[in-house]
Amino acid sequence: MIALVLAAAAALFLLGLFAALAGTARVGRRTVYGTSLALCAAGAIVAGLSLFRGPGNVVLPIGLPWLGAHFRLDALSACFLGIVYVGGTGASLYALGYGRHEHEQQRVLPFYPAFLGGMSLVIVADDAFSFLFAWEVMSLTSWALVMAHHRGPSNVRAGFIYLLMATMGSLALLLAFGLLAGAASNYGFAAMRGAAHPTAALVLALTLLGAGSKAGLVPLHVWLPLAHPAAPSHVSALMSGVMTKVAIYAFIRIVFDLMGPPDWWWSVPVLSLGGTTAAVGVLYALMERDLKRLLAYSTIENIGVVFAGLGLALAFRANAMLTAEALALTAALFHAFNHMLFKSVLFFGAGTVQVATGELNIERLGGLIHRMPVSSAAVLTACLAASALPPLNGFASEWLLFQSVLVSPDLPQWGLKLLVPTAGTLLALAAAFAAACFVRGFGITYLGRQRSAAGEHATEADRFSLAAMLIFAALCVVIGLLPGLAIDALARAVQGVVGARMPAQLSLPWLSIVPIDNGRSSYNGLMIFVFTLISAMLVAFAVHRLAARGVRRAALWDCGYPGLGQASQYSAASLSQPIRRVFGSYVFRSSEVVTMPPPGEIGPARIRKQSHDLAWESLYVPVTAAVNWVSGLLDHMQFLSIRRYLSFVFAALVGLLLALALWQ
Amino acid sequence: MGHLPFDIAHMLAGSLVLVSFAMLYQNRLYSLLNMLAVHALVLALSVAWQAYIQHAPHLYITAAIALGFKAIVIPIALKRMVFQMGIHREVETVVGTGLTMLAGIAMVAVSLEVMLPVTSGSDPVAREDIALALSVLLIGLLMMVTRRNAVSQIAGFMSLENGIVLAATGAQGMPLVVEISVAFSILIAFIVIGIFLFRIRERFDTVDDRALDRFRGEH
Repeated sequence: MIALVLAAAAALFLLGLFAALAGTARVGRRTVYGTSLALCAAGAIVAGLSLFRGPGNVVLPIGLPWLGAHFRLDALSACFLGIVYVGGTGASLYALGYGRHEHEQQRVLPFYPAFLGGMSLVIVADDAFSFLFAWEVMSLTSWALVMAHHRGPSNVRAGFIYLLMATMGSLALLLAFGLLAGAASNYGFAAMRGAAHPTAALVLALTLLGAGSKAGLVPLHVWLPLAHPAAPSHVSALMSGVMTKVAIYAFIRIVFDLMGPPDWWWSVPVLSLGGTTAAVGVLYALMERDLKRLLAYSTIENIGVVFAGLGLALAFRANAMLTAEALALTAALFHAFNHMLFKSVLFFGAGTVQVATGELNIERLGGLIHRMPVSSAAVLTACLAASALPPLNGFASEWLLFQSVLVSPDLPQWGLKLLVPTAGTLLALAAAFAAACFVRGFGITYLGRQRSAAGEHATEADRFSLAAMLIFAALCVVIGLLPGLAIDALARAVQGVVGARMPAQLSLPWLSIVPIDNGRSSYNGLMIFVFTLISAMLVAFAVHRLAARGVRRAALWDCGYPGLGQASQYSAASLSQPIRRVFGSYVFRSSEVVTMPPPGEIGPARIRKQSHDLAWESLYVPVTAAVNWVSGLLDHMQFLSIRRYLSFVFAALVGLLLALALWQ
Repeated sequence: MGHLPFDIAHMLAGSLVLVSFAMLYQNRLYSLLNMLAVHALVLALSVAWQAYIQHAPHLYITAAIALGFKAIVIPIALKRMVFQMGIHREVETVVGTGLTMLAGIAMVAVSLEVMLPVTSGSDPVAREDIALALSVLLIGLLMMVTRRNAVSQIAGFMSLENGIVLAATGAQGMPLVVEISVAFSILIAFIVIGIFLFRIRERFDTVDDRALDRFRGEH
């Protein structure tokens, strides 16, 4: 199995090479995406099969000479490999149709398969060198994809910030692996698993920095809403849906697998960061007007949800509560998979909107449901899933997560007893905001009347794009109805990490899921689905039956203001205004200033709103200023005489010798 | 053998440090080059003595190289250069001689303080040798830092290299290849620096490195 995975990765890299040579031709695009589609579909099948098999190992004689390149495919890897390849399949299918409108699309072609190959290699790597190498391939190819439209100044800035953050993250991971390897310098994961790690707290911090920056934990998220939307839409879907999951895989692999038994307080930073990320991410999303950036912020929220689940799992792990840990980890993995599904559909939808209207600012969209009925249905399904509404898949995984939050009173530490419900509250808040956010995102984009001329000539997307969106939306529904299937499929991965698993769910009657025991809680997606269906039909029937038959046409009631235009509709800003006033004044320090014209003048009143990105202003601006200051100081060092340079060498030598003398 | 071989080795290495101090003190280029020759001579003696007590005949070759190249060829060549340039009466130090000497004493103290505890387990001859060699090296570097004239910087560099050779021969079992290649690399460095000296001289009419700074638009 592992050999097949490596072969698929190698084939993807070769495909990238081929695309670099033949990408300019129109046939090149079809070939590249078609072959990627086939390879990803095959990879997804392999990943699915290897979920149910024992781990496989391969050592290739490349990489570090004394180490070789180790690869291993266990159930956890298989689970994330599934995310990569299923996401890759959808994105490739979508890309077959998408992108014809884009100029210089051949810039995307060489890097797209290489990006997929890099991500799959990260997941099967079994030594630090291969892992970091594949990680860098993933970062650099995705950077190249972000820079595909390099002519926009905002894209250049996005690419630059992304590159900086990726470098910082890789450095943190490099140091983490260095600490894990210890004095023995054994960089194989097998050796790290067995060893004791005295500097585990530092490793945890570095991993949170490295994997967390790639995943988009607040406050390391700043690059994500810039870089993800800058790429072409199918790549945005991959970056948001899949690459963030690779970062989560890295976190699980290092913290749960390599670092050994945790202390209870390890869960504190993970839980707090997860809860904060979820709440702050969705607040950003609520304020955002650019459709793709809105989706990117929503990704940050979901990453927070997953990390909160991982923090819970760590807390249970430290107290040897295996069933609870299995529940929390299953919830995290399940949510990671679900997020890949619905976020891909949402980015695909944003891509079709961009193709149809050339516009991503939702304040200038509207009424698209009439012109793009099929894709809007798929997007609506994904929006429901992202808002965690039953019976869709997003609800199932978040429900599992809240079940594990409810186990937290059994934890012995008082700190955790208090922290976990707080994080749970933040998650609940985030779930509610997410619903508001998608009501706003979908409603303003697809409903109402057109807000500008942008949507006048919008037409439905091509058949490949529609197929990709519909298949993924259908998967969202199916998994929402059959959560037991997903839980049982994840059981081997969870078993491998935790040593315990959730009870088997598929054998329960009527597709119910019972995470802990029957007296405690159970959920049946099918029943909710049937109930929703029947009650909706009853209501529809009653409305049609009881309402007046004929359609009456009359003048619009305009409250006495004649000439209501498109601009008098509810806008995105007005929908989010209540939440901005309640929470934004604290989180974004937002303020509104209303300037009324003096009495007697007939000029318009003006409202000006201000908001601050506190993460950027309080963390990144000072760091940038400090770097500039230091480099300004060091600038003088560039123009010294030979004797001065010699003096520096001399002073350094003597200083080090003195340090050595004093150290002893 | 009693204490005598050790004492003689110690004395020769100590005299190397003493000659380093003498170089540090010299104000005139001409006498500085004389002291450089003496420095190499003492080094040759010291290496030869090491060859004798370690029963390592290949070290005699090293001693011969030190004597031939460093004590005779290089100082004579440098003197010819100095004469051709007509600067045989110049030496400007950046820091005063007294301060430089004090710094040199501090260097010796530092190297003893560092080396003696580190090498506490090893052969006493090698221990002393390495500690003194480090002080020779540091004093050589100090001289390069405190002088402005390019020729005296070369002299500092040569004495620094002598310190390295002393350390290398003090440790037993240093292969001949390493020593010969070090010696030759020094020779090549000397040739290159010599050529540069003349080029600098041609262009700026001086070998004071402040001229280079002025040329770069500094000061």
